[in-house]
Amino acid sequence: MTEYTEHILSDAPRRQDASRLRFLWLIIVPLVAVLSQVYVPRFVPFLSYLELPLLITVHFALASSGPIPALFYGASIGLVQDSLSHQPIGMYGIVKTLVGYFAAQVSMRFDVQNPFVTFILAFFFFFFHQFFYWVLSRALLGEVLTFDTQQTLIFGLLNAAVALPLFRVLDKLGVAN
Amino acid sequence: MDFFLSRYRHLTVLLIVITAQLVLIAYQVKSNNDIPLIRVWAVTAVTPVEQGLEIVRRYTWGFVEDYFVLLGVRGENEKLKRENGQLKIENNYLKAELSTADRARALSVFQAHSPSKTVAARVIGNGTGADSKVVFVDRGSTSGVESGMAVVTPDGIVGKVVEAYPTASLVMLITDPTFAAGVVSQKNHVHGTLKGQGHAECLVDYVQNEEHVDTGEWFYTSGDDRIFPKGFPVGQVTAAPNGKNFKEIYVSPSGMQGGVEEVLIILQGVHQEIPEAQAPAPGYALLPPPPAPPGQNAAAGTDSTLMTDADRLRAIYKEVGAEQKHTYGEGPPGSKPPDFTKIPPIHGAPPAAPAQAASAPGVPASKPAPQPPASPAKIATPKAPTATGAPKPNPAPSDTDDTTVDAPAPKIVSLPASRPSTAVATPNQ
Repeated sequence: MTEYTEHILSDAPRRQDASRLRFLWLIIVPLVAVLSQVYVPRFVPFLSYLELPLLITVHFALASSGPIPALFYGASIGLVQDSLSHQPIGMYGIVKTLVGYFAAQVSMRFDVQNPFVTFILAFFFFFFHQFFYWVLSRALLGEVLTFDTQQTLIFGLLNAAVALPLFRVLDKLGVAN
Repeated sequence: MDFFLSRYRHLTVLLIVITAQLVLIAYQVKSNNDIPLIRVWAVTAVTPVEQGLEIVRRYTWGFVEDYFVLLGVRGENEKLKRENGQLKIENNYLKAELSTADRARALSVFQAHSPSKTVAARVIGNGTGADSKVVFVDRGSTSGVESGMAVVTPDGIVGKVVEAYPTASLVMLITDPTFAAGVVSQKNHVHGTLKGQGHAECLVDYVQNEEHVDTGEWFYTSGDDRIFPKGFPVGQVTAAPNGKNFKEIYVSPSGMQGGVEEVLIILQGVHQEIPEAQAPAPGYALLPPPPAPPGQNAAAGTDSTLMTDADRLRAIYKEVGAEQKHTYGEGPPGSKPPDFTKIPPIHGAPPAAPAQAASAPGVPASKPAPQPPASPAKIATPKAPTATGAPKPNPAPSDTDDTTVDAPAPKIVSLPASRPSTAVATPNQ
């Protein structure tokens, strides 16, 4: 038995553990994000602007190897969000599917490790998410909603500001590796 | 096809996923049905975690929150205790002030209404001696106080001045064993001598066993002692058993109930009538008599209940004659008769025609139909003294301190309305 094979054999269980841990994080983190969205605003109302599931989706998509896992991840998180909302299931699913797909596409073309780029992308995808949800609500459900551009821009900035430290934490956890 | 799928694999998957979700939404919107399965799954997955979080929050953050809340409780409790103590002291002080103010007001009203000339005084100390019942008051000879003057409160007699110094006086209370005053009972006017006993109750002595005195009956000053003016309340009988020679009538002094602090010294006493005893209650409630209808009491100066219209008309003519200084039966034949054209109506009707009125004095011209309201009659009888021995002409109350009030003369009391006249028809009507 060579040194190389010994190395492979000794590292194999560690890699399996790490992979299993990542898989758990992939489930726990979005669940916590959705939970925080439904639970935290009860006590801190102004945190309702924080779209943590979206930021998790964007982070996963930016760090993922391709658009397909990203879009499925986004779709899953969106469907969970839908199931806890009063809207028909699929609204957030579609929007987050698109966010995951496009974020993954962007990550294949740009250096998304740059904090500035991360900030811009987080801001853009928040605006895109809100705007597309508004479009879908009007188009599919016929709801007459008003789109407050100024408020959306401000919330986008705040979410982007939150995204920077959040993405660092998620990187440390190795959620999307 | 394979080329297309491999070339646009990502886009194809995206389209499939989007289309699937669009179909899902379309189904929900079209059928107006929900997808309960997905929602149930999601809610079932999320709510237990949420409940756990809530429990954790309650027992961690809630505990910490309670801890921080309780941190200040001890200090706050101490502070509230201090405040409570201060408020209690303040409350007691204000209660005492209010009580003093009430007594002062009652004294002031009594002083103003009493026909006797009085001066207000405040008890400033007790006399020496273990069983002596004497007090010092802050009015002396410079205020006109002399030895032998009566000391009273609105509720009754208190004692008498035994020594008058320039700035203070020594007052013997009626509970002193050496005190004596003439008293009379309210109902049967039984005379006796009030004697102090050295304790709260006084004895009315020298009342024959044959005399009738009830428990609860009031005794008033009789004025026999030449110290206390007649008609001041003394107290109520608490017990009146027969004794060896005389009745042993014990009286609870009404003027010393609740202690003596502010008193009135009678500088010039005026005797008053002893108020009549009230009829015993019938055991059921009686309403006051109804008010008189307008114009029912035109006959001035008399009780219209017991008068006929002829009596009232006679009174009216008499009044008119008195106003014109005419004496009936004295005018010689042919002399000018009094002017009867302006006599008031019996029941408030318009004045009778001069011819009719003049033709038959003492006979009403006609029964008046409409009855405009008449002015209230004035009864020229002084009002009987009340239980406190004071008539009530309702003057404005004056200050208690350092004021003396002259005894007002009996006044003509204006009654608001007399009682309604009897409905018995008389020959004159």
